[in-house]
Formats: sequence, C-alpha cells, structure tokens
Amino acid sequence: MGGVERRGLPSPFQRSHLTQGPHCVLGNSSLAVRRWLALFKGSGRSCSGDRSQRRGEAGRGGEDRWQERSARALGPRGRPGPRTPASRGRRAPGGGAWLLNQPARPPPAGGEAPTPRPPAALRTRAGAGGRPARSPADPPAMEHIRTPKVENVRLVDRISSKKAALGTLYLTATHVIFVENAPDTRKETWILHSQISTIEKQATTATGCPLLIRCKNFQLLQLIIPQERDCHDVYISLIRLARPVKYEELYCFSFNPKLDKEEREQGWMLIDLSEEYKRMGLPDDYWQLSDVNRDYRASICRSSQPLSGFSARCLEDEQMLQAIRKANPGSDFIYVVDTRPKLNAMANRAAGKGYENEDNYSNIKFQFIGIENIHVMRNSLQKMLEVCELKSPSMSDFLWGLENSGWLRHIKAIMDAGIFIAKAVSEEAASVLVHCSDGWDRTAQVCSVASLLLDPHYRTLKGFMVLIEKDWISFGHKFNHRYGNLDGDPKEISPIIDQFIECVWQLTEQFPCAFEFNERFLIHIQHHIYSCQFGNFLCNSQKERQELKIQERTYSLWAHLWKNRADYVNPLFRADRSQTQGILRLPTTPCNFMYKFWSGMYNRFEKGLQPRQSVTDYLMAVKEETQQLEEELEALEERLEKIQKVQLNRTKVKSKQSEPSKHSGFSTSDNSTANTPQDYSGNMQSFPSRSPSQGDEDSALILTQDNLKSSDPDLSANSDQESGVEDLSCRSPSGGECVPSEDSGKDRDSDEAVFLTA
Amino acid sequence: MEFAELIRTPRVDNVVLHRPFYPAVEGTLCLTGHHLILSSRQDNTEELWLLHSNIDAIDKRFVGPLGTIIIKCKDFRIIQLDIPGMEECLNIASSIEALSTLDSITLMYPFFYRPMFEVIEDGWHSFLPEQEFELYSSATSEWRLSYVNKEFAVCPSYPPIVIVPKSIDDEALRKVATFRHGGRFPVLSYYHKKNGMVIMRSGQPLTGTNGRRCKEDEKLINATLRAGKRGYIIDTRSLTVAQQARAKGGGFEQEAHYPQWRRIHKSIERYHILQESLIKLVEACNDQTHNMDRWLSKLEASNWLTHIKEILTTACLAAQCIDREGASILIHGTEGTDSTLQVTSLAQIILEPRSRTIRGFEALIEREWLQAGHPFQQRCAQSAYCNSKQKWESPVFLLFLDCVWQILRQFPCSFEFNENFLIMLFEHAYASQFGTFLGNNESERCKLKLQQKTMSLWSWVNRPSELRKFTSPLFEANNLVIWPSVAPQSLHLWEGIFLRWNRSSKYLDEAYEEMVNIIEYNKELQAKLSYKYGFLKPEMHSPCLKFLLLWFL
Repeated sequence: MGGVERRGLPSPFQRSHLTQGPHCVLGNSSLAVRRWLALFKGSGRSCSGDRSQRRGEAGRGGEDRWQERSARALGPRGRPGPRTPASRGRRAPGGGAWLLNQPARPPPAGGEAPTPRPPAALRTRAGAGGRPARSPADPPAMEHIRTPKVENVRLVDRISSKKAALGTLYLTATHVIFVENAPDTRKETWILHSQISTIEKQATTATGCPLLIRCKNFQLLQLIIPQERDCHDVYISLIRLARPVKYEELYCFSFNPKLDKEEREQGWMLIDLSEEYKRMGLPDDYWQLSDVNRDYRASICRSSQPLSGFSARCLEDEQMLQAIRKANPGSDFIYVVDTRPKLNAMANRAAGKGYENEDNYSNIKFQFIGIENIHVMRNSLQKMLEVCELKSPSMSDFLWGLENSGWLRHIKAIMDAGIFIAKAVSEEAASVLVHCSDGWDRTAQVCSVASLLLDPHYRTLKGFMVLIEKDWISFGHKFNHRYGNLDGDPKEISPIIDQFIECVWQLTEQFPCAFEFNERFLIHIQHHIYSCQFGNFLCNSQKERQELKIQERTYSLWAHLWKNRADYVNPLFRADRSQTQGILRLPTTPCNFMYKFWSGMYNRFEKGLQPRQSVTDYLMAVKEETQQLEEELEALEERLEKIQKVQLNRTKVKSKQSEPSKHSGFSTSDNSTANTPQDYSGNMQSFPSRSPSQGDEDSALILTQDNLKSSDPDLSANSDQESGVEDLSCRSPSGGECVPSEDSGKDRDSDEAVFLTA
Repeated sequence: MEFAELIRTPRVDNVVLHRPFYPAVEGTLCLTGHHLILSSRQDNTEELWLLHSNIDAIDKRFVGPLGTIIIKCKDFRIIQLDIPGMEECLNIASSIEALSTLDSITLMYPFFYRPMFEVIEDGWHSFLPEQEFELYSSATSEWRLSYVNKEFAVCPSYPPIVIVPKSIDDEALRKVATFRHGGRFPVLSYYHKKNGMVIMRSGQPLTGTNGRRCKEDEKLINATLRAGKRGYIIDTRSLTVAQQARAKGGGFEQEAHYPQWRRIHKSIERYHILQESLIKLVEACNDQTHNMDRWLSKLEASNWLTHIKEILTTACLAAQCIDREGASILIHGTEGTDSTLQVTSLAQIILEPRSRTIRGFEALIEREWLQAGHPFQQRCAQSAYCNSKQKWESPVFLLFLDCVWQILRQFPCSFEFNENFLIMLFEHAYASQFGTFLGNNESERCKLKLQQKTMSLWSWVNRPSELRKFTSPLFEANNLVIWPSVAPQSLHLWEGIFLRWNRSSKYLDEAYEEMVNIIEYNKELQAKLSYKYGFLKPEMHSPCLKFLLLWFL
C-alpha cells in the first residue's frame, strides 16, 4: 500500500484497487430501493454512462456527439422504466445499480481535473466507516510497478483508428486502469492483471509507442504511450504483474468484499458436493449418476486411460468394469468411450498407455470419439481470435478464418461425444466409462455435457455450479495450468473449460427455455475462471486448494453469483416446460449448421457487434415489473376489500363513486412511503405523458445515492445499446473497395469523407 | 384452355407423403387446377395443400412399380410423394409440371381465388400515393404530385402518380425521362423530416460514350439541394461496371455537369449472380452429409452473406448521408428497379420509425417495390431449385427481406412486426392466392385489372386475426435512427427461411410462445390494475405529482 502512496496516487484511489470488484458493491439492493429506482428508470443516458465507464471496454473513445444526443433523446422515452427495452441494455450485475451514472453527475469542481476520480463505489467505501476494506497483507505486487501512472496515453478504438481517447494510465497492484480525460465521461477501463494474456510492445511511431494488451476474457486494449521509456516501464511491469509466481500474489488473496467470516464460510457452503451425491441417490462418491437413470441405474463413469501399452492387462481393472456393468441390470454391456482420436490413442500405446482391449474385457463396446488434444485446441482458439481481431474483415475473410480455425468443429466433436453418451445412457440404458489420456480435460468436457443433456437439475443456476464444482473442480481439472493463473508452461494452457462453456451456450441457443441461467451467467463464469478474484478455480487439485486454505483466505464465486442471481436468470426458463424436463434430445443427423459463432463471448467487448437491443434483458425487465404489479394488485385488492367492508357497514346502498374519496385519507396514510406499490403504479400510469426533461430530473435525483453502484466493472460487456446508434463509418469495410469515381475524389475534404472510404 | 386438359390423372389412392420432421402420411392425392392436395381421409388435419405455382422443380424416381416424385418448392421446402403405379406417377408428374408453369398470368390462382374471409379494408386502396404524399406535404412545400405518367406514356415502369420537385414542370419531366434508362426520371423516394434531406431514385443517365448531357436533368436534381449544399449520388454499380455501361448507351453523371454532387460507387450484384448465390446457399443448407467445416466453406462460397453485407452497407451509407451529413442523395444503378430499391427501402427502415411498423412496412413495399416497378413477375418466376438458366430470375426481394431481418435481429424491440411477417411476404412474392405481387409494374397490373379481378394481400393481412400472428410482442416504438452493424460477426444466416424445413423449430416456437405469455400477462395485470384504480379515482388524480411531493417531504 505504502508503495502506491509514495508514488503519489490520490488517497481514495489506493483503496480502490483492493476493494474494487464484483461483490464489493451493492449486489442485492433492497427491494424498496430497487422498486424506487424502477420509478425513474429509463434514462438511457445515465445507464450508458455508467456502464461504458465501468465496463472496462476497450476504447471506443471520443464519445460521439451525435451518438450521445440520440442516447439522451431516447432516455426518458415514455414507457414505464423497466419496460423500455432499449434503455435497459445489459444490466451490470447488481440489481438496479446500473442506473447510477457517474458521468451524468456534475463534473468535479475545478482543479480536481487531473486527478482520476476513483469509481464511486470505492469512494463511498472510504466514508462508509466500518472495517478497513483491505486485506491485512500488502499485495506483494507493488514492488513490480515501475511506474504507477502515465499521462497523455491514448486508448485506440480498435474499429475506428481515428478515434482515440486521451487519458491517464495507472498501474496498481491488481489492475491496469485507464481513465479518460474527457471531463463529461471520465470513462474508466479496468483490467485485472490476471486477465492479461499477452502484452505486445510494437515499434515506436511518430505518435508514440503502441502497447497491445490481450486479455483472457477476449478484451483487447491498444494503448499509445507518448514516451518510449514509459512504455517500456509499463511493459516490464505488466509482464511481471501478469505472471505471478506465487498463489499469494493473486487477486483473491487481497480481494475483500467486506463480508464477515461467517458470510464467507456460508459462501463456501453454498455448493456442497456431498449433498449433490445424496441428491443423485449415491453414497459412493466414485459415481456420477444422474436423476433420469434412477430406474435403470445406468451410469457415466470416468477414469484416465489404462496403462495397457501393447499387451499389459490388469485383472482388477477388468473386474471393476465388470462390476460397473453388473451394477446396471438394465444392460448386458457397457460402453467404453475414449474421447481421443484413435491415432492419438494408438500412439499412447507406445508409451505404455493406450486403451482397453476388447478381448480382455468382457461385454464392453469400445468407441473412439475424436476430440483433439489441448495443444490443438489452444491453437484453434488462437486462430479464431485472430479472425475476431481482423480489422474490417470481409464476409469471406471471416467465414474462411472461422473455418480454418476449426473451432466450431472441435465444439461439435465435444457435443457429439456428449450426445453419444447421453443417448447410450438414456436410450440404451447402458453404462458408460469415459476416459481420455489423463481424464481431466476431454473427459470432464464430455461428461459434463452429457450430464447437462440428461439431468435438468444441472440446467438450473445452482445445478450448474454443482456441475462445475463436481466435474471440474473436484475431479482435478488443472485450472492453474490450463488457464495460466501462475507463471508456468505456456504449453499447458488450453481453453478446455471455455469450450465446455461454449457448448452450454450452444445448447441454450437450441433450447431457449431449458436453462435457468442466461448468457451473462456463462460469460461471468468464464471471466472469473481467469480473474483469480475468487478462490474457486485456483490450483490444480483439491489437495493443493486445501493446503493453501483457500476457503479461509478467499471468497467463493458461487456465493457472489447466487447473491446476484436476479441478473443471471433466463426469463424464458420454466420448470414446467417440456424441454426443461428430462433429456434434451438433439437430432442424430449431423446438423452442421447447428453450431454458431459466439460473438457474445469472443467479441463481447465490441458492443457494436452485438445486437443493440437484448430480448433477454427486455423480458427480465418485464418480469420484474410483473412481479411488482402482482404485489401492487394484491395490495390494491386488499384495500378495495376494506373499503367495501366499510361501505357495507356504513350503508347498504351502493354508491361506489363516492366511496373512494371518503377513504382517500385512509388510503394515503396506508401508502405514505415512497416505495409502496400504489405510488409506483401511479407513476407508471403517468409515465407516458411525462416530458423528457422530467425524466432527466428524476434520474438526477437518484444520482445522489452514491452507495448504489454496479458491481463487476470489468464485466459488463455492453453498454448504451439504448442509443441504437452504430458508428457505421468505421464499419463498412467494403467501402474500401469502393473506388471513388475519378471526379468525386478530387476536392474531397478528407476528414469529412471518412465514412465514404473508410 | 381448360385445366382439365392438363390434369391427366386427377386422383390417386395410397400415396405416401414424406416430409421432414413429420411421420409419413398415406392418403389420396388429388390434383386441381391450382392445387396439389393430399388427404389422409381418416384425419382431416393430415392434409397437404400445395399451390402449383409454389412448385419450383420436380424429380421423378422409379423403384419397380413404385414411383417417387420429389417436389421442390419455391419456399425451399422439399416433399416426397410415393405413388404406386408407374403410369399414375408419370401422369401426375407431367400434370404438375404443366400446371406449375402456366404461361398466362390470367390463369393464375389469384384470378380464381374467392376469399372466405370478410374484407374489412380493401388493400388495393390502403396505400394510395396521394395519402402517402400527404404525410410529406405537411412538412414541406417543395414537392408536388405529378400526373405526367398518367397513361404510363412517359415511363412504363412508373406508377401514374409520382412525387417531384415543385419547381420542375411536367414538360421538363418528359425531357428528363428521355435521358434516363427506361424513362425513369428522378423521383422522390423519401423525405427526412428531421432535416429536410431527401432520397431520390432513378434509372442511369443515358450519357453514352460521347458524354451526352441533359440540362433539365441537372436542373431537376439540383432543385432538391439547399443553397450551397452538396448532394451525393450513390451508384449501386462499381465504377468499372458503370463505365462499361456507357458503351451500351448508359453511363453515370459526370462531375463537370453535376458539380454540386459527389458520386459514390458501390457494387451490389444483380440478376444471375444473385440467383446462383441463392441456389448454392439452399444447396448447402439442404446437404446434411458434410461436416462442420465444409458447411462454413459452402456458406462462404455461396456469397449470400457477402451480398447481404454489401446491400446493408450501401443502405447504411445512404442513411448516413441523409442523417449525419445532412445531404440529399440520388440513388440509381442501371435500370433502377433492383439494387436501387433495395437501398432506398432499407435506408428508410434505418431512418424512419414508421417503416418499422406493420402498416408502414406495407406502405414501404407498396411504394418502393410495387409502384416503383420492381419486376416481381420476372424476378420471382423461379426460385432456388430451378434448372433452366433464365436471365430474369433473381432473389432481389428476398435479399431485401433478409437485410430487414438482419436489422430486426439487431433491434428486436424496434419493429412492430416479427420474423413471420417477412417470411409471409417472401412466400407471397413467389406464390400466392392474392394479386398483389402479380405483374412487373403498375402498368401491367392495370392492364390485368388486378384490382377488380383479384384480392389484395393487404386485405387479408390487415385483419386483426392475421395481424396478431405478425405482431412482435417486443415492440416499443423507437423514434430513433437505428444503425445496424454490418460486421461479419453481426450478420447471420436467416435460419427462419433457409433452415426452415431442415430443423425442427419446436423449441424455438416454445420460446416465442413463452415470450408472448410473459408480455401478455404483464399487460393483463396492468389493465387489471388500472381498472381497479378506477374505483379509487379521486385520490389518483395526480399520482406523479403526489409521488414527488412525498419524496420531497
């Protein structure tokens, strides 16, 4: 901490890097506040500002004047707030907190300008009293920061190189932070060190020294630092900061969401595997068995490859498989699925490993399902990301690149294996033993996909957490190696769980009502697998985690997600729908077109590429409002009943018109607080007639509520969808091919005509 | 001619119908003048009614005495009929072939169709040019209706009434018409109320190799510019193509003669290139054998999405000129009946909220496609399965609908209509019981007396029972310009059209239903609440005010 101070960072700012993070802020704002906020929802501008600032979105700097105008115009559109889909955009996790926008607040008093204003959430904490919001130990990363602050850095807009935001770059023990100078937005971009995948220092140009930061959550940051020396310092610092050598350096050990010990412990208790096995009706924790099979007791088992070499056999192993088969009276054989391509498995034989010889094992059906190894997957992702990074690609560039990356083919292979197993279990009632080489990568992918297909429980929020906890964390998926949390062998890194998460997304696309969670849930899990903000995904095995006392020293992601579950719910999910029950059946015929590129993940920081209005968010808002309406209706009916009773007592003659006025005093006192349903609805009804200026004033009122702040600043991928505005100029690549006619190009003011030739 | 002559075998029993995702149905096959009907007799729901005009191509196969006819429809559906008896099968096949390729328009189904529904509003009069003009005339007095083309004498592909600059008289229009391809002189397509900028469209100028010019033409389009302002001419052809057109008497506006205009060339493909693209795409979608990789390369090789991207980009460019640059534009390609209309109509979808409503979109189709003279008859004569290389077929309108779908996908809450509305329009453009899409232009429609002899599609669509199917529950009027992304990541294959018959939509339909339920329930509650509040009226007079008071207290 002291390190920072010495380097002269403003004091509120120090606290920020320690406490800033998803659950340090209001996650479940009280119902009262949320409802109250709902009254004023609809200021698109406010919500855009808030999120664009906190999103950590790679520079679409230089807020477009025109864009802003539209956003503002749209804001107070005359619908009851939550119903205004366009103005909702993607909510930052944290309930109604996305309403609070920093930019809309009056700019700080003069003189303060050069100081970066820390995110509001952090400032409030400063004054909030209570415990000091930091861990007892200073993060050891401080010594690696060669320069804590560089001014006049430009954040380049990847899509339109013309637009770059000027601002200040800060290095803290845990984050890289870029704060724009523009006084009206002061947009902040936060990058966790643990998210940094590669840092590339490019050749110095006249404008400065470019630094390219690629993140594991697919964010791409291009900075231009005026001085080569500064750039070098930042580069060297980040190289070290992004490659911690000890677990203790990771963010989760300094991250403090201000929960007490008890809450922390409860967080870790949320997902309890022994309960899960109980749910499955299994005392034996070797088994993974899903609900649907209770009747016929077919099961999915997992292991690593047998060490068979060319001739070795193991009687005990053969007996064990026999036992598995016998445990399932419904079938007289079991499937043994080797998820490797046959060639790989055969090659392994030479090293004394290999696969089961059908002659030695009785009644097994052996099946290879060719899923490539971690190295192929790593390269495939690399290739696909290169495609995503292309500047104004043509349709052909994109489709060719996507195809050449092979990514979707790999996704399909994993899905096919999962479908095969699910079908074996559900239709043939046969048990399946799944293995690959080590049994912790492909096996985990395939088993968890099969589980999702078979068991509706895993398609719920909690069930999905259990699935990851069980198939990935507890079965020894090597998180540290695969996701490079600590500096290690780059050849061990591979997007294995990313692929699984994508498989889930592909399924949600095909079965929109079958999953309780939405896309955001998947994206946030992916983010936190790399963020090291929570202890769940640390280390390579359960054993290591216990040695590190993870549960005592860090917080659990599951508790955080569960607390904010309102943000992760799929509004279309209905437990009583046919597709949510039982087995998800996919067509057996090879449907090549079934798997689609997931731009919501791989281009998620390029909001311009995403649909500008989100159906999910719209429906979530409608449902939220529906719930309020229900409560309101109930309260109203009660009141009417009371009135009627009074009326009946008073006189038997019906004169309904006069009654309400008589009791208006009663009813007002009944609803004297601002957040009662009646007032809300009253407002809602009058909403359409409200003028835009009213809307603005209203949202300005809310802005004083500093303590409400969205969480996960670097998570909210999209913002100002409400504007409906897309800067096309930068996005009509084919315009480049457009040959300006010989007579039109001559006197063209180059600036003015950018959009024509861009 | 009697249809009976063409129907060699009107009826065959024990025919088996195979459709994807449905169990096979055995029943009786009947051929009528306009329909192929298969009825299972036991169960009335198991029936197939197929318009002959919807049939794009048929294949015959024989295995012993069992014949199989594979029917490929213009809406991309493929069905299979197993017909016992070789003779019957051959007869049926040749009858279908004859009936699906009738060469006289007046024998088409719309001339025989008798509606079974009550007509609330005659669609033929729903979108009269005069009414459409009224929408503009409140905002500007610089334009007028011209009846110069009353007898279709000036331009055969224009409607009798067009909107032109007020300062240009009919005589000048006649002169300009001789200078523009097909007599298509520049007319108003769209007036942007926000800043008074306009989109005009026309045919190419007939400059030829010797650089012919026409003073009236220059005067006409300059009349649309404000003092000191410049406009843009968007030529939907590449510069090379435009230059080549000069050899055939066409050409483009020379800067020397149009100093106030900047010309931009885009390259939107036309005719057989689009048709081939469609054929390849549908082939790829129907091919179930290849793996993931080959699917993507086939999708790429079809170039369909490349065309989508190019058209959308041009439309966005046009909209940008209008809304951001504050400049008027003139759009044309060669004839001004295909890519020109794609661009002008999409630009309006982007710019004008009204065109994103159901009625507004219908008006747009009426204005920018039907009256503007898009040759539907020629373009939609055949679809993706046609073998014959005819010159005039081209999925121009389908590409337009696909582009609209792309925008709708990106702005799902800004459109009053849903995907089904677009699919319905696609179907009716290719085969319909209504007369709306018959003929190539207003002149032809007039001669065919379609208004008297056939029913308008709009008469059927604009009834509450039908509208319900086409209304998006997500719609919230959005008065903004909506700028779609044209990046490849944002453009998708329109599964609702191209994979419609290749994948089960059961789960997607369920999701849509659920979406409707969620929103309907919410509306129901709101209605209930406001009804109940009726009982408490006096205290509810000014809830907003009261709320604010409470807050400040």
